[in-house]
Amino acid sequence: MTALTTVTAPVARRPTAGATVRQTMTLAWRSLVQIKHNPWELLDLSIQPIMFLVLFTYVFGGAISGSTGDYLQFALPGLLVQNALFYTLSTAIGLNTDITKGVFDRLRSLPIARTAPLSGRIIADTFKQMWAFALLVGFGMILGFRVTTSVVGLLGALALLVVVALAMSWMSVLIGLKASSPEKVQMIAFSTMMPLTFTSSALVPSATFPGWLQAWSDVNPVTHLADAIRGLMIGGEVAGPVLVSLLWAAGFMIVFAPLAIRVFRSRA
Amino acid sequence: MHNAIQAEGLVKRYGETKALDGVDLVVPQGRLLGVLGPNGAGKTTAVRILATLLRPDAGRATVNGFDVQRQAHQVRTLIGLTGQYAAVDEMLTGVENLLMIGRLLGLSRSAARARADELLRRFDLADAGGRATKTYSGGMRRRLDLAASLVGRPQVLFLDEPTTGLDPRSRTELWGVVRGLMADGVTVLLTTQYLEEADQLADDIVVFDHGRVIASGTSDQLKSTTGAQVLEVRPLQEGHLDLVVQVVTDVVGEAPEVSGGRATAAVRDPAVVPAIVRRLDDLGVVASELTLRKSSLDEVFLALTGHRAEDEPSDEKQEVLV
Repeated sequence: MTALTTVTAPVARRPTAGATVRQTMTLAWRSLVQIKHNPWELLDLSIQPIMFLVLFTYVFGGAISGSTGDYLQFALPGLLVQNALFYTLSTAIGLNTDITKGVFDRLRSLPIARTAPLSGRIIADTFKQMWAFALLVGFGMILGFRVTTSVVGLLGALALLVVVALAMSWMSVLIGLKASSPEKVQMIAFSTMMPLTFTSSALVPSATFPGWLQAWSDVNPVTHLADAIRGLMIGGEVAGPVLVSLLWAAGFMIVFAPLAIRVFRSRA
Repeated sequence: MHNAIQAEGLVKRYGETKALDGVDLVVPQGRLLGVLGPNGAGKTTAVRILATLLRPDAGRATVNGFDVQRQAHQVRTLIGLTGQYAAVDEMLTGVENLLMIGRLLGLSRSAARARADELLRRFDLADAGGRATKTYSGGMRRRLDLAASLVGRPQVLFLDEPTTGLDPRSRTELWGVVRGLMADGVTVLLTTQYLEEADQLADDIVVFDHGRVIASGTSDQLKSTTGAQVLEVRPLQEGHLDLVVQVVTDVVGEAPEVSGGRATAAVRDPAVVPAIVRRLDDLGVVASELTLRKSSLDEVFLALTGHRAEDEPSDEKQEVLV
């Protein structure tokens, strides 16, 4: 045993930019390939919004809008918003599952970029968002929904939802890091997202709300987002609601990104 | 000799409690250090600090000369970690779990695949490699977890209670794997609650209790630290047990423990043995068993800490019930 035989090659101090990208993509692959073995996740992702779509359209549609067709045209953009917001919490659930199962520690003990486990997951979740969007719109069209603006409007709606979802994922990361179990995350998701979407104009026109609720609905970010998506897909005001939605997204990011990063740092 | 792991004065506090209270550790290259202690003794905290997962409040540690805090990335290129809970992605297959690690470590697709296949064969998981790991048994998950920590051919391996919760057969299998790694020259730090495990595998042992190292040395050295050997006498006729107790008390100067038809006493002077034999012979007592042996690690632990190593968890449970 001499120093000569144990000379170690110089070891890099941190991963290169190229390696960081590759590691992020590997971890994104890992999140997406899970679906192959867990069809239930795919069902959660696709069946639940479709179920909502069908139930809302045929149960409430006639009562709310006079006809199911009119309601579908009104509600589909709102359901897209609801679904996208709910789905941002899957980032929290996945992250929290990794932490409680010890996978997060395993990843942190590897010589990889500290951010890769987060960015890989968020990229994968963005893909899943797009898949859910395509599925809902496609199924809606089978039921009779029509995009009355243009393909650009449709793509704009997708882009806006993805941007807002990305901003929201910072909150999701924070919840995922802090919650004691994946079930807790689910509970938090349900008890915040449900009231938020139901007290907005996403699923019903807010005109029949009592005054105080209407006042809240007017400031509720979900209302603005739903109006923006509606404007982009079936026409109506676009610039105002899109701007307000983006401001909300920026606000979310400014508040939650530093908090999430601080908690993540203290763990990583 | 070159030290693969070196830690000085590690302190970690969680609020009021000190999980680690000034721990020093040294593991020479190629050796296996057994860290022995009950639940909550600070073993896992120490491993997490050494594996760069946790920052100590005080003290410093190096792995192959790299500081675990300031040169964490370099340390991570050298180490493998298998935690208490099998940290595998349950949704992925065995192959995919290992592929993921290989790709993260910069292996090409084909190299990662080859390494995964090689490890699955070595750990007897080749047949199950294509199945989602949530269908695996506990022992299979542990083996896959260990395989995952070996993808990068680590020079230093941390095994945090690798056999806790395993059935005896899986445990023996895992011991075989660890011995194989030792033969490859890997340095290992293994924590365990099982004295037998430390006895079986470790070159050196440190005993943790309440965040401190309360004893260290080889298994033999520890067994002799209590300064005592253990004398056990079992009379052929059970009715003679009282006489045996009387004789042992007279000669040793202390009443022996009696259990299972046998009197057990700690002795410091081996000369008591012929004296006892003579006295028993005079009384016409025939001993079916008369042994003088080194204390077991269990007894050492009891002598060092005042409580048994494996009692702690059940104590906690009782407290919860009460």
